Amino acid sequence: MLRFLVRRVIGALVILLIISAITFWLFYAVPRDPAMMSCGKNCTPENLAQIRKNLGIDHSIPVQYWYWLKGVFAGRDYAGYGYCDAPCFGYSFANNVPVFDTIMDRLPTTLSLAFGAAVVFLVLGVGAGMLAALKQGRFLDKFASSASLLGSSLQIYFVGYIAMYYFVAQLGWLDQPSWTPFSDDPVAWFSGLLLPWLVLAIIFTANYTRMTRSQLVEQLSEDYVRTARAKGLSRANVFFRFAWRGAMGPIVTVFGIDLGTLIGGAIITEQTFSLPGIGRLAVKSVDQSDLPMLLGVTLLAAGAIVFFNIIVDAVYALIDPRIRLA
Amino acid sequence: MTSTDQQPFLSVRDLKVHFSTEDGIVKAVDGLSFDLLKGKTLGIVGESGSGKSVTNLAILGLHDRDRTAIEGEILLDDKELLTASEKQLERLRGNKMSMIFQDALASLSPYHTIGKQISETYRKHTGASKSQSRARAIEMLRRVGIPQPEVRVDDYPHQFSGGMRQRAMIAMALVCDPELLIADEPTTALDVTVQAQIMDLLKDLQQEFGTSIVFITHDLGVIADIADDVLVMYGGRCVERGTKREVLRSPQHPYTLGLLSSMPNLEHPVDVPLNPIPGSPPSLLNPPTGCRFHPRCTFAEKVEGGLCSKEQPPLEVTNGRGSACHLTADQRAEFFTDLAGSAAN
Amino acid sequence: MSSTTPLLDVSGLTKHFPIKGGFPIRRTVGAVQAVDGLDFQVAEGESLGLVGESGCGKSTTGRLITRLLEPTGGRIAYRGEDITHAGRKQLAPIRSEIQMIFQDPYASLNPRQTVGKIISGPMEINDIHPAGGREARVRELLEIVGLNPEHYNRFPHEFSGGQRQRIGVARALALEPKLIVADEPVSALDVSIQAQVVNLLQKVQRDLGIAFVFIAHDLAVVRHFSQRVAVMYLGRIVEIADRDDLYGNPRHPYTRALLSAVPEATVQDEGVQGRERIRLVGDVPSPINPPSGCRFRTRCWKATEKCATEAPPLVQVEGNKPGHLTACHYPETTDVPATVPAPRLAKDPEAAA
Repeated sequence: MLRFLVRRVIGALVILLIISAITFWLFYAVPRDPAMMSCGKNCTPENLAQIRKNLGIDHSIPVQYWYWLKGVFAGRDYAGYGYCDAPCFGYSFANNVPVFDTIMDRLPTTLSLAFGAAVVFLVLGVGAGMLAALKQGRFLDKFASSASLLGSSLQIYFVGYIAMYYFVAQLGWLDQPSWTPFSDDPVAWFSGLLLPWLVLAIIFTANYTRMTRSQLVEQLSEDYVRTARAKGLSRANVFFRFAWRGAMGPIVTVFGIDLGTLIGGAIITEQTFSLPGIGRLAVKSVDQSDLPMLLGVTLLAAGAIVFFNIIVDAVYALIDPRIRLA
Repeated sequence: MTSTDQQPFLSVRDLKVHFSTEDGIVKAVDGLSFDLLKGKTLGIVGESGSGKSVTNLAILGLHDRDRTAIEGEILLDDKELLTASEKQLERLRGNKMSMIFQDALASLSPYHTIGKQISETYRKHTGASKSQSRARAIEMLRRVGIPQPEVRVDDYPHQFSGGMRQRAMIAMALVCDPELLIADEPTTALDVTVQAQIMDLLKDLQQEFGTSIVFITHDLGVIADIADDVLVMYGGRCVERGTKREVLRSPQHPYTLGLLSSMPNLEHPVDVPLNPIPGSPPSLLNPPTGCRFHPRCTFAEKVEGGLCSKEQPPLEVTNGRGSACHLTADQRAEFFTDLAGSAAN
Repeated sequence: MSSTTPLLDVSGLTKHFPIKGGFPIRRTVGAVQAVDGLDFQVAEGESLGLVGESGCGKSTTGRLITRLLEPTGGRIAYRGEDITHAGRKQLAPIRSEIQMIFQDPYASLNPRQTVGKIISGPMEINDIHPAGGREARVRELLEIVGLNPEHYNRFPHEFSGGQRQRIGVARALALEPKLIVADEPVSALDVSIQAQVVNLLQKVQRDLGIAFVFIAHDLAVVRHFSQRVAVMYLGRIVEIADRDDLYGNPRHPYTRALLSAVPEATVQDEGVQGRERIRLVGDVPSPINPPSGCRFRTRCWKATEKCATEAPPLVQVEGNKPGHLTACHYPETTDVPATVPAPRLAKDPEAAA
């Protein structure tokens, strides 16, 4: 297991390095000169050259990338803007802040949103899927299947605004979505995120219901489940200790990918509910052509997915002894 | 029914198992009766779709209850199983009656160790402690010939070879000394040399524990090795039954005869083509009228009045011997001799 | 052997599948020795049976001959032409002459294609235009394999298992091959259907003069179908002979054990001695780390030191007819009744591992 983790983490770092290089090259190869934008109306060639130097874009792209990479480990001085401590993932000239600080600032919101929603959709989705599988072909199964089809065809900005209108504005059952750090006020943190969690979960729940049901139905028809019944084990025992064990693998896989994606920014959800997370940061950076910030957000998204992939593989090996990690 | 004064241990009476599917009702088993005495082996022979496996799932109550209509009687030691509650059946399964399956790799849980799978059966039925059950699992593994059982007990099924998995499966089925063992094609997926080992093992264990065995197979050669009595199934019905010697030496039903003469054996003259049964096994959704074998039967036209396609021949059993065929004894004697001659050696 | 060039000449054929592993850099740490030095020939119009238990390498051999797999070593010559490492271009004309029939009649036919399309597929790929058109040829082929030519436009799921296997045979025949490699062609079929397909293949072999490599685990079926039979064990041929010699005078202990384990549907009278029964102990060792010397020695009741150190060559041992080759230091003899072994556990530490 340890060998596996070491190998995978090394692999992940290599992947991130490649992603950063490609993203860097893509962004800085675009014909938009940040120095020009920063120089303003009365721009003299001298000024421009100085700004270029300060921004560190007076070199070729490979050299710029090298400086950027060095900054990650050693920190970097952006003369005229400020010093960026290690790990320095670049400097946002548009907002005059280091990229890393901004992302760390925004990350708690996104993490709260992602993990909170994950708890809701896992419990609801897997629970409904289990019920549907137990009552195959009966009313409950058909109801869960139709509901999940409906759920998966909904869109967040649609459900989000309707929910806000009814539950917040009309009925007053829920608080207006807002962001309060957990350490400041746990109750406000919870009530401010409750609606985004539920809305985000609706979309995912449907997917998990369908997947749990189909996985369980498949497992329940496996020979080893029949054997377990032939040994005299009870239906419930067989369901949870045998069939569910087998159904877990694919669910864990999809869950890992979903979680990674969410941490890279639930863009629409954060926009809809005006939550200051990574997703909104990404949108804002695009608007402002804030390339260093975008690079940082892209790397975070990629890193999250790579990280959860490793976790998924490790969990898979714990579930299924046939998978040997080496 | 049988003339023996011994009470049958397992008795199946007029069993009907019908599934409803999207395409209609599948009559998987359609009126099957048999008896099994204590310590004896009944071989059930049939091809895919003959209803042989369904019958045995029904005995254990493992059929899909929502979609299955079941009729008849299944008496195990005078206890009616078809009307038994799920809880009662759970107490019997793995305890008084056990089952082993064809594909041991698929039939053992990949997520639990061999030892765990054996010991949990034992714990469930005897209430033994964890360490007692583990000791029992090791003992059973040793009994079925697994080398180093105290080490292998912690292995997972995928770490066993095909033959060892089937041994482990047998150990699991026999851990509570069941009185009835249902073996559904337990050697079909195995190589011949391993198959021979497993058959020997089953015979040894039967002698030791006096288990009654229902052995399901498509292979008449395996039947010849292990069974006392034989029941031949075709299209959900029994077409012939009798002792192994009676059925294999002097088959009464054209289907049994066809099976015997279509099988190549090590003595068959090589220049003579095999003697296959024409056509394919029947669809149970839409079984042929009358005798279900008549579309493939070479003798059907010899029966007067096209009776074979009109009327289902009754299974007349005397002293445990019988067949369901419209041919008269004289016709049989006339038609079967040359074929049976080449088949039964 | 015939003096002319055999249709297929295989010598030293070897296939090792590499096993990757190691830390921190993955590399080849071992090999599954699926096939390890096979020598055999197939004459034109002849049927060679390859028998053995699972894992003996018989299917790998079939795939090597048809060059679906690339051999690790050795030589395959088809009509004298070396095709061991032939590329796509060089293989193209030969591919149409060597065809394959597969075990699973359900998985080996494309469910979305009509029978006509499936059977004419090989003709399309090889751009062959038979006289009278492809459709007429397909109908003719359907007729040959005993199917109704009118079923040209039906899909595979409309046929039973036995009929599907007939479709597979028709597809293999479409290019008028010289050699058909049939990999367990009847083992997935019901007993009553197996004989139909065996008879069909036999008819095809005799009428069209097609050579066969018939791969099967069922010794009775192979005996019925093949003029010559090779017995494989753990990647090697242990015995090869004409049918009558092999079944009537098995010299290798493994061949003898295999034959004795075939279940026969006969009932012996009380007190009459049945066929000899040799029960092998244990399982086939792993092909990753096969036993040294003779690979069968860990399960053989005759094994000695010599068997562990020296691999017996496949030769015509004393008492064999010409063409009957056995790889054993202590070949069996017919006149002496088989020394039926008492169950003997392998004591070899290598085999126990």
